[in-house]
Parts: sequence; C-alpha cells; structure tokens
Amino acid sequence: MSSLGNIIKKEARELMTPTTFIPIILIAVMFGTLGNAFGNIEETMQEKPVIGLINADEGNFSANANLIIEGYSDVVFKSNDTLEKDKGLEELKEKEGIALLIIPSDFSEKILNNFPSEIEIYWIMKGAGILDSISSAVVEELIKIINTNISYELISTNATVNATIALNPTYRNETTYFKGRELKGVSPGDITNILSSQSTLIPIVMMMVIIMAGSTVISSMALEKENKTLETLLTLPVNRISIVAGKIISSAMIGLILAVIYMAGYSNFLGSFEISGQINLIDLGLYLSPSDFLLLGLSVFVTLIAALSFCMLLGTMAKNFKSAQTLTFPVTLLALIPMFITMFKDFDTLPAALKVLLFGIPFSHPMMAPRALIFDDYILVISGIIYVGIFAIFMIILAVWVFKTDRLLTGSVRRKKKGRSLFKLK
Amino acid sequence: MAVVEVNNLVKSYGPLEAVKGITFSINRGEIFGLIGPNGAGKTTTLRVLSTLLKISSGSIKIMDYDLEKEPDEVRKIISYLPEDAGAYKNLSGRRYLEFIANFFQEKNTQQMISRGMEIANLGERIDDKVDTYSKGMMRKLLVGRALMTEPKLAILDEPTSGLDVNNAQEIRRLVKSTARAGTTVLLSSHNMLEVEFMCDRIALISNGIIVEEGTPRDLMEKYNAKNIEEVFTKVVR
Repeated sequence: MSSLGNIIKKEARELMTPTTFIPIILIAVMFGTLGNAFGNIEETMQEKPVIGLINADEGNFSANANLIIEGYSDVVFKSNDTLEKDKGLEELKEKEGIALLIIPSDFSEKILNNFPSEIEIYWIMKGAGILDSISSAVVEELIKIINTNISYELISTNATVNATIALNPTYRNETTYFKGRELKGVSPGDITNILSSQSTLIPIVMMMVIIMAGSTVISSMALEKENKTLETLLTLPVNRISIVAGKIISSAMIGLILAVIYMAGYSNFLGSFEISGQINLIDLGLYLSPSDFLLLGLSVFVTLIAALSFCMLLGTMAKNFKSAQTLTFPVTLLALIPMFITMFKDFDTLPAALKVLLFGIPFSHPMMAPRALIFDDYILVISGIIYVGIFAIFMIILAVWVFKTDRLLTGSVRRKKKGRSLFKLK
Repeated sequence: MAVVEVNNLVKSYGPLEAVKGITFSINRGEIFGLIGPNGAGKTTTLRVLSTLLKISSGSIKIMDYDLEKEPDEVRKIISYLPEDAGAYKNLSGRRYLEFIANFFQEKNTQQMISRGMEIANLGERIDDKVDTYSKGMMRKLLVGRALMTEPKLAILDEPTSGLDVNNAQEIRRLVKSTARAGTTVLLSSHNMLEVEFMCDRIALISNGIIVEEGTPRDLMEKYNAKNIEEVFTKVVR
C-alpha cells in the first residue's frame, strides 16, 4: 500500500466511529420527524378553510362575495340572521372552524353610496406559532379576493365611483377568540406578530444558555480527567455533593452571565426590526404580571439546574476534552428540538405524541412558559416547574451516585457473550 | 502501632480480579514499598487505600477508621499522589496549593501553604501558571501538595516518576524526612534502587497476590541477591 493510501486508511478508520455518525443520523431523524409532525405547509395552504357565514345583505356585492366564499372555503354554518352569531361560533368551535364572517344588511347599499362597507370577522385562533397562522392567512387572502372583485365590478360598471372606495370597498372589524379570551380589534396575524419576538427570542436564548453552560460542565469534567486532577480531588476531605454542586452552581452563574450578554445583543438585533404598533398590549391583557415573571424566573432556574445536572452526568462519561465535545450533542439536540417546535407551533395545537415529547424534554418548559403565562395557562407552567424540578433532583442524585462509584474513574466493564470478558478501563 | 491494616483485600473490575486477597500492615512512621510488574495490582491497591475505588471484599483500617464505612474520615488523614497526576493549568503553583489547603480548614492553611512551597522548592516560579511548568516542576509541586498537609498516611504512586536524578534524590530525601517526622508512607515504584534506598519494608505483588514481604535486607539475604532488583527478578518470573 502506498504511503498516501496508508494515511487515508488510518484517518478513515479513526473518523468512521459511531460518535461521528450517530449525531448526524439523529439530526436527520429529528428533522424528518419534525417535518412529518408539522405536516405539509403547502397542503395546509391549499386546504379550504372551515368557516361560518352570516350574510344579512341581499344586494349584488354580497351575493358575489357569497359565491367567492363558498368557492374557496368549506362553509359549515350559514345564516342570514346576524343575531345567530353565538350559535355560529359554537358550531364553528365544534367543527374546528377558524372564522365566522358577517356581512351586514347594508353591505351593498353602503358601497353603492360611496361608503366603505364592513365585514365582521370573528376569528377562532388555536395557536400563536408561526405555522398556526397559516389557516387565518388563507381566510385573509379570501377577503382580499372579495375586495378585488368588488373593486373590479365598481370600476367596470360605475364610472362615477369614488376612487378611494373603488380601491378599498370594504374594511374589516375583527375580534379574535384565543385561549378563552376575546381580543377586540386584532386579528390572529396581529397576535402572532406580537408574540413572535417571544416565540423566537426566548427559545433561542434558552437554547444558547443550556448549550453554553452545559458544555462548560461537561468540559470541566473532561478536563479534570484529562489533566488527571480528578483523582486528587476525590481523595480530598470534600464530600461528593459539594463537588457536584460546586460545578453546577459555577456553571449556572457563567451560563446566566453569558445569557444576559447574548440576550442584550439579540434583543437589540430584534428591536431594529420592530415597528411600533397601535395595539395596546395592556388593554388586550397580553402582558406578564410580577407573579408571572416570578414563575418564569423559577422555570428558567430549575431548567438550568436540570440541564447542568444532566450535563454533569454526561461529563462523568467523558474520557477527555475531545469526547466531551461529542457528549454535548445530546444536550444540543434536546435544546434544539423544543426550540424549533415552540417557534413554529403552539403547545395546544400539537399532535398528542409531540405534546408528550415536548413536555418530556425538560428544556422545553421555559420556552413555553412566557406564552402560557400571558394566557393564564398556569397548569402547564406549574406542572412543568414541578416536573423539571423532579428531573433535576433525580439527575443530581444520579450524578452524586456516579461520583461515589468506581465508574467515574474506571469506566465500564462489559461481559462478552459466551462467558468471555471484555475489560474496558478509561 | 499499625497505621494501615489490610486484610484479605479483593478488588474486582467486573469479571476481572485485579487484587486477589492481599494482607499487609504498615506501622507508624514506616515507609512501605509495593513493587511488582505492570498490571500486578499495585495502583489498584493504592487507589482502594486512597478511597478512590470500592473494596470488593476484605477490609482496610487506617488509623482505626474502617475505610469502607468511614471514607470521609480517612480522607482527612491521608494524602494520595497518583502516578500521572496533574494540577489545574489555569492556576499558579501558589494558587493551586491554596486551593488544596482550603479543604483542610481545621489546620493552619497559611502554614500549610508555606510548607507546600518549601517542599516544592520552585522559587519565584511558584507564582507562574502551572501550564508553564516542566514535568519535573509539576511533580515537585504535586509532592509539595501531597506532603504539606502532614498526613498520617501518604500514598505515593511512583513519586519520582519523570524526574531527573537530582530532583528524584531531593524528593526521596523529602519523603524520608517526612516519615521521620511521623508520617507513614506507602509507595509504589518501578525503580528498585529507590525502593531499596527508601523503604523500611517491601511487599512484592504479582498477579494480584503478595508473593513476598520483608525488609530489603532480609529479602536480599533470603534470595542470596545483591540488590532488590535481583530479588524481584527471582521472585517475579
């Protein structure tokens, strides 16, 4: 074999290890699973939205609007009596509809008299994730088609029409029902926009904190082993809980400092894109109270401790600094999955299997908490804190146990089949 | 008075029995050497005695403390120097000694640090980062760390490993004077000359079993050998 071939063979053998391939395979599986779970966006956009329609007008414009609505959507509730609004909303909720459109009795008449006419829309919003707003976007597109159609008709049949009315013959009067609240004057798109900074900022910051602080703990353990300082430390008069707690607390402190620096930079970055809106969040009740902030802080704190305890456990398996880098992968994966899910979907609109997965991943909870707290979903937040707290305690107990066993220094001892032993020391 | 009493010690790693029921005792102020070929069970024995590894069976008493039941008490009176030990690279030598001394709050830590610096004998380099130390300087710092706490039992695995002749002699002298001051020393070494020079008694371990034990002089007489190296080759074939 040539020298080059010899080197290639040796390098390839070194690189072709399970630790090289498993992370990539897992990432591929993760994206595949998430893609399937989220469903096909294109399909969702092409699906007819389920809506209700109360058309109290008998004019031409509403008749045309009626035809467009029926052509492009699945109308599950129909009426010509505006007093049946509540009945319509009930029926829509049962049939998983997304909006009830009300065309008032003077709809056509007002337009003909050069006044913009109102279309009342009652939205039933299910989630505030980026993908959750696709259905409402389809209905909004429908309203635009109605508008364009009326404009075309006005211009082609009525030469004296006011230009402003010809371009904007209708206006929307919107009310959104979301998580038990009636939000007047806002559309699901508005709410998604309001919550989008949280949807992106908090999951990304949490992900960064977990990965940064987590890799600090794993590296610290790996360096103790690589620099051969661990053996000395373990023979000193210091109990194992102090060693574990010391490493977790110091990493948590560093992690929080890094998070503050990161958050300051990132919020500045996001702020540059923000356009000051006319929607008053306090009037809509879309804000966090001091007690909500307390719960959010608690959620972040227990999650950080849980993450670091988990990393400490992983760190005990590290042989050296190189292996520590591989061991940060599970942490990164567990931080990335909830980050992507919470950015794109609301917990309530997820399929059951994904809900279980998201709740089971301890790092998800502070990512979900802000939105849940805004909409008073305290059960999700408090149960999350309790779950993550139990997870953290379990991880700490497990890490302390590993510190008290030989495993920390000697690695694993496996038995081969047929009674042959395989002794593997770190 | 026996400071260390090891009775029928067995240490297994899963199916592999590394130490197969060894028994020995070490008296106060004695330097006891554990010698044997690679993989004989020396380091495993030292690691068990320093509370790093669990006992599979048998018992160990150090100053009347049962090692299995009272490891925290044992850690207060022992000091372990692993063969390839290191120190925290981002600390200076002085800071490293301070870090270790802070675990011994009952003692005068400042006095302890001064003693450590004296033993390490690194001069002004004590304030340099450990990262910049040569292998010999690192070993001297670690010996200083191990002996500055005035342990009842110092467990030294290859104490002069990687040191040049002058530094090795200095360490040997230090260990001997520490023993004279009352510290009991258990050491392992591949250097037979070192063992012969330093140890009051030695045990030869092979395949996890103590095959011979006695003073260097008695063993040399018994095997009609000129030195311990010859004894070693005759006993461990």
